[in-house]
Amino acid sequence: MAIIKAKGFYDTFDRSGTPTRDTHYCPGCGHGIIHKLLCEAMDEMGIRDNTIIVNPIGCAVFGYYYWDVGNVGAAHGRAQSLATAINRTRPDSIVISYQGDGDLAAIGFNATFQAANRGEHVATFFVNNSTYGMTGGQMAPTTLLGQKTKTSPFGRSAEHEGYPLCVCEALNQLKAPVYIARVSVADTKRILQAKKAIRKALEIQVEKKGFAFVEILSPCPTNLGLDPLKAAQWEIEQSEQIFPLGTFRDNSAEAEPRKPAEPKPTPSEFFGGGTEVKAPEPDPAFGSKHIKIAGFGGQGILSLGLAIAEAARYSSRYSSWFPSYGPEQRGGSSSCNVVVSGTPIGSPDAPQPDVLVCMNRPSYDRFAKTVRKGGIILCDATVEMTEAAPEGVKVYTMPSLKLATEFGVPKATNTVMLAALAHLGVTGLATERLLDALDDSFKKKPKLIPVNREIFQKAYAWCEANWNA
Amino acid sequence: MTKFVKGNEAVVVGALYAGADAFFGYPITPASEVAQMAALYFPSVGKEFLQAECETSSINMVYGAASVGKLAMTATSGPGMSLMQEGISYLAGAELPGVIVTVQRAGPGLGNVYPEQGDYNQAVKGGGHGNYHCIVLAPGNVQEMCDLTIKAFELAFKYRNPVIVIADAVLGQMMETLKLPERESPRPETASWAVEGDAKTRGNLITSIFLNAPQQEEHNVHLQAKYRKIEAAEQMAECYRADDADIILAAYGTSSRISRSAVDALREKGVKAGMFRPKSLYPFPVESFRKTVEGRKLFVVEMSSGQFRDDCALHLGRLPETIPLVNRMGGILVTVEQVVDAVLRA
Repeated sequence: MAIIKAKGFYDTFDRSGTPTRDTHYCPGCGHGIIHKLLCEAMDEMGIRDNTIIVNPIGCAVFGYYYWDVGNVGAAHGRAQSLATAINRTRPDSIVISYQGDGDLAAIGFNATFQAANRGEHVATFFVNNSTYGMTGGQMAPTTLLGQKTKTSPFGRSAEHEGYPLCVCEALNQLKAPVYIARVSVADTKRILQAKKAIRKALEIQVEKKGFAFVEILSPCPTNLGLDPLKAAQWEIEQSEQIFPLGTFRDNSAEAEPRKPAEPKPTPSEFFGGGTEVKAPEPDPAFGSKHIKIAGFGGQGILSLGLAIAEAARYSSRYSSWFPSYGPEQRGGSSSCNVVVSGTPIGSPDAPQPDVLVCMNRPSYDRFAKTVRKGGIILCDATVEMTEAAPEGVKVYTMPSLKLATEFGVPKATNTVMLAALAHLGVTGLATERLLDALDDSFKKKPKLIPVNREIFQKAYAWCEANWNA
Repeated sequence: MTKFVKGNEAVVVGALYAGADAFFGYPITPASEVAQMAALYFPSVGKEFLQAECETSSINMVYGAASVGKLAMTATSGPGMSLMQEGISYLAGAELPGVIVTVQRAGPGLGNVYPEQGDYNQAVKGGGHGNYHCIVLAPGNVQEMCDLTIKAFELAFKYRNPVIVIADAVLGQMMETLKLPERESPRPETASWAVEGDAKTRGNLITSIFLNAPQQEEHNVHLQAKYRKIEAAEQMAECYRADDADIILAAYGTSSRISRSAVDALREKGVKAGMFRPKSLYPFPVESFRKTVEGRKLFVVEMSSGQFRDDCALHLGRLPETIPLVNRMGGILVTVEQVVDAVLRA
């Protein structure tokens, strides 16, 4: 008598190492029935070419021996992460995640919950057999109270191991899932219902509607220590008490299908364009300037440094900018290091700066002593200089906070300081390039460009009047 | 075209020119800007960005996208990298291409967010299980954060192997001029092995399980042969003023920038110093390293306990203690002065 070939399976299971027609499952195991229902549905729907099944770790780890579709194997508990990436990068494919209760509800529960919450376009088939089958019958999140397993040898107790985890009920708290159902393969009537649910979950994928979840109660005679019939009976009489069958949700009629992607520019088109600036070339004669700018957050410390570094780029000089960051930045003080150089820059740090711009006293206390001989310190006039600057270091003070307020924009202290640096000529960069960089820093607020240019000119004039005398 | 950007942003620019299809990540200082810029740029050019629920998920999303023939990446720092080790081992086992950028901070444990290079062993020796290697590239400036990310994708697909781009907090946070790539990279061939959701690739299989021990051994032998090929073909290094040097400083990443300044400072003091900088940490550029340090006095500069020195010693057949180490740990930069002093005192 010819054996009728099961639809959607390989003719022989060569990937197991021998051209067999037998599966690796134990007699009476529900996986075989579920595999068959799934394969039949895929075959009937004509979706085998574009289906990708994520194989779990658990008893179904060898799903790829049987399922004649695209197969990808995941690490234990990670199937939903794979399925997420697959459905997003191959939106035309049908993505299936087939997982057991350890894989999905223990190690992979967060991934499952998050994927369901994002509404990933994945049909998830969750095989609940109340135990870890592959590793030899240990306790699963779905193990029933009182049930003895290898790791709950005295029977699961609510006090010690907690209650069985009802995954359908948990996922049903989320907005995104389109379909959630629990079925069983314990008898013929239930198998027919299971087939409908499996098919429904796949249809939702074909229609691009979103996350579909089918939990399938499946007997594990080996680990229950029961014969196949009694194990199936146990599922009906015991398991269904805790895991009631039914459709928890079906929004498939209302759910909107996923929108197709819109055309976008290429990276070259997206990043290209704009003004052409020549990349720097070595010019050792230029030397290098190490500049440190320090003060309170909100004083434009980082953007002042950035303007200098950008001006250096416009001048085809090498430049680097390195900020303080992390918790320190949020603690109130802020600083950055800028290096402008005629040759490729080594350390972007400025532990001994040529120029220090100081906007508050803590900065002066911390950095004034580090300025190298021949360098300068540019200080706001409000900074109380408790210690004298090191020998050979010239100090310039400027009421930048006051001037900015007088010029009508109290926040523009950094523009005032930039003008002072331009006037002192300590950056080695042309004033025009510094102004270009200043303009550029207000690219997103073009109204402020002329305002800051004016402040720059006024501040520059202040320096001429007060420092040249 | 040039752009003034943080190293973390340069990674994203490079990835997109390399043809990256997807970025999966989770925020962590000092790598967060990679995810932030990816969140902005990837969708702008029609590519996928997704913030995962944890780093374990990020790396498995990379695995998922790679399985179906897509160019995927993630970026993180030490603590996140620790979580990714499982996924990296699986990528290596299933021979899947993926790019992982790690922007090192100080550890162990929570540590702090300042620059360190204490994750050298984690990247180069592998923190995951099994006999595997990641290709590890070490940029030394913002330009290389972009260029070596492009190279990482190229090598990942050439060898079907995970590639780590190992940076540090300085390289991630600092800004420099980036010269944009001239053009996008050609798309690698994937249909021969990936499962792409069509009739042509339906018979392909992505897995790392070989229950049969001789088969698993055969797979290991195959992987080792691949690593030998990588070791022969992909060594990358740069020397600075090393030709006539008496003293060689060996350093990678930010330590190499400091060493570069130290070389200049030493030369000003009349000491003929030079630098050797590996750009690939695996494969270690053994040949050029041996040639460069032969007959010269070697110093190793790193922001870690000597992890990099151990490898330098290994490749010279020496004991690590015989090579002077100039280092800082805990988020403190080695200074140029410290290096100069160490050399002058020796």
